[in-house]
Amino acid sequence: MSAAKHKNAGFDGAVIPASSFAFDVKDANLILAHLIFSFIALFLGALAGLLQALVRAGYIVLPPMLDYYQLLTAHGVLLALVFTTFFIIGFLYSGVVKTLDGKMLASARSWAWWGFYLMLAGTIMAAITILTNDASVLYTFYAPLQASPWFYIGLVLVIVGSWFSSIAIFINYAYWRRTHKGEVSPLFAYMAVATMILWIIATIGVAVEVIFQLVPWSLGWTPRINVALSRALFWYFGHPLVYFWLLPAYIYWYVNVPRIIKGKVFSNTLPRLTFILFILYSVPVGFHHQLNEPGISNFWKFLQVVLTMIVVFPSLMTAFAIIGTFELAGRSQGAKGRFGWIRKLPWGDVRFLAPVLSMLMFIPAGAGGIVNASYQMNQVVHNTLWVTGHFHLTLATSVVLTFFGISYWLIPVLTRRTLTPGANKLGIVQSVLWIAGMLLLGITMHIVGLMGEPRRSSFSTYNDHATALSWLPYMYVIGIGGVLLFISVMLFLFAAVYLMYYAPRTDQPAEYPIGEVDESTQHPPLILERWSLWIAVTVVLVLVAYAVPIWHLMQTPLATWSPPVRTW
Amino acid sequence: MELPRYEKIWLITGSITLVIFLVLLGIMGFAMGFNPSGHMKTIAPDQVGATPPFDKPGLFTVADKEYRAVMQAKVFAFLPGEMTIPAGSKIHFEVTSPDVVHGMYIAGTNVNMMIVPGHISEFTHTFNKPGDYLILCNEYCGSGHHLMLGRIIVQ
Repeated sequence: MSAAKHKNAGFDGAVIPASSFAFDVKDANLILAHLIFSFIALFLGALAGLLQALVRAGYIVLPPMLDYYQLLTAHGVLLALVFTTFFIIGFLYSGVVKTLDGKMLASARSWAWWGFYLMLAGTIMAAITILTNDASVLYTFYAPLQASPWFYIGLVLVIVGSWFSSIAIFINYAYWRRTHKGEVSPLFAYMAVATMILWIIATIGVAVEVIFQLVPWSLGWTPRINVALSRALFWYFGHPLVYFWLLPAYIYWYVNVPRIIKGKVFSNTLPRLTFILFILYSVPVGFHHQLNEPGISNFWKFLQVVLTMIVVFPSLMTAFAIIGTFELAGRSQGAKGRFGWIRKLPWGDVRFLAPVLSMLMFIPAGAGGIVNASYQMNQVVHNTLWVTGHFHLTLATSVVLTFFGISYWLIPVLTRRTLTPGANKLGIVQSVLWIAGMLLLGITMHIVGLMGEPRRSSFSTYNDHATALSWLPYMYVIGIGGVLLFISVMLFLFAAVYLMYYAPRTDQPAEYPIGEVDESTQHPPLILERWSLWIAVTVVLVLVAYAVPIWHLMQTPLATWSPPVRTW
Repeated sequence: MELPRYEKIWLITGSITLVIFLVLLGIMGFAMGFNPSGHMKTIAPDQVGATPPFDKPGLFTVADKEYRAVMQAKVFAFLPGEMTIPAGSKIHFEVTSPDVVHGMYIAGTNVNMMIVPGHISEFTHTFNKPGDYLILCNEYCGSGHHLMLGRIIVQ
């Protein structure tokens, strides 16, 4: 490798110089442990996904020892809950360490390891119950389907473990604030704290559901369960969960990507405001997942629809800021004309290409989300494959592809290795394959969903009903999309293992990219860092949106609650 | 707070669009009566078979071309499983579950109801076009979920 290349490990004009900063081995091991476990979950979840896509298209029939709904449960739990949570926490640790004095405090590190082991133990417990077919309740585990108590106890351990992880981040942040009086906290750390505050507020709902309703009921201590209440508590958590997935991707787009493209962070204030808006308006909105349900009156459903739509503001602000950053970066490099800046961007660097493809896909994906939450329009798409298509474009494309892009530089930074031109090319092929697979799978799911095909259903022609038969050709396309996606995951995992263990070692790994804040932007107002205020406002909004309908659900007579049922 | 001029235009345009959109949704819902399925009535799930009107599920005539469909969604069938009506008929669906959560979706229509045990779901729909409508369960309910179906024949 030439000396010039060594100084700038970026491709196609990206700026990623070598750096003398290296993670403390203890921090690197902590972060790598999270990433490695997330990749194991990714592999198993993707395998389940491949089999599902093939079954659903009618290409294969499962052997009797495997059930479609067992695979579906594994796919959802491993990818939506386990892969995301472990990866996100690992990534947030990395940026928190990098931007807050370069090292994690010893006390924070022990909280972090406790969190890791609790989540690991919980995941293994839940995975065993899924494997023995004692928990085919899908990742939403709707009562009165009753799984093994160990499934629910495993979930509790995962949730509580993630709280320990949050504490690790809060400890580092609080220490930095104490030792840097009067300074504005680094943007990455601020966003990491906001993400974990959102996570804690959100998980309280599912923790109450699991600890106070599902666990005692599955152990036989309580004979009946208030099903409608459990659903409301689940969705109190279920929607902010999607923002917990999204915000780390936003962090990468806002904070890290500008550095890679020779740009600057657009503003030091607006991104913070964006994250505050996500905390405020991600929780009091869960009823938009329950619009077609009995037990919640139209007034409360509609109120939460209105609150849901406020997400349009942080989304528009982000779209503006990110594209603005790109344009300014291109122009600062001498781009001419209205769109000349587009050609100045480093399309040949996977660390840029992967997140940009994610952003592009987020535009139609977000528009679909507005349809889902639109009160009446929801009836057209609710529980059809449209919804599955929606979160395969949002979570599985916009978020997960961004996580892939992060991995291509984060792993070699942690292992003090080099992202070689070959690995970069592999990453580009893998990202493009991912988009191709998701377009086939996700777009087709939207179309056939509009025609009525239900989500979460095994292969069925419904007694050869003409309507159901008309969906079949679309399912063939979805099956092919699933195969492409599985190949893409395998390529990614191959690259990840290479970057972890086999890529050339270097004393000076590539820089951990943190965008510089544009000097001309104002100092963020201090009020944005007064977390107690924002948490208080969130609590008020939650009470406004939820207190009355939850109180109402709690009043339903015991006779209307449900005994346990096992139907699989 | 510093906001570039173009961002102001961008956000104001977005806000105005959003307000118009939400007002339209509200008018459609609360002035024109287009609300999703739901309702607030409760029932004991293990007593569904003994609780009128669900003890005798069926299609009942209310008036000319107007019916009441009293239904159970249960593992893994709809009761009644088949209904025949003349084109242009309006059906008031009243559905409950004696066991787990189900979905009741009629492909090609806006009938898309969550059936939660302990509660009664209601929705009204007019079937204008003749045809063989497929009713299916679109909320996972167990190993036979994908076999749970019914039909409405509109003549």
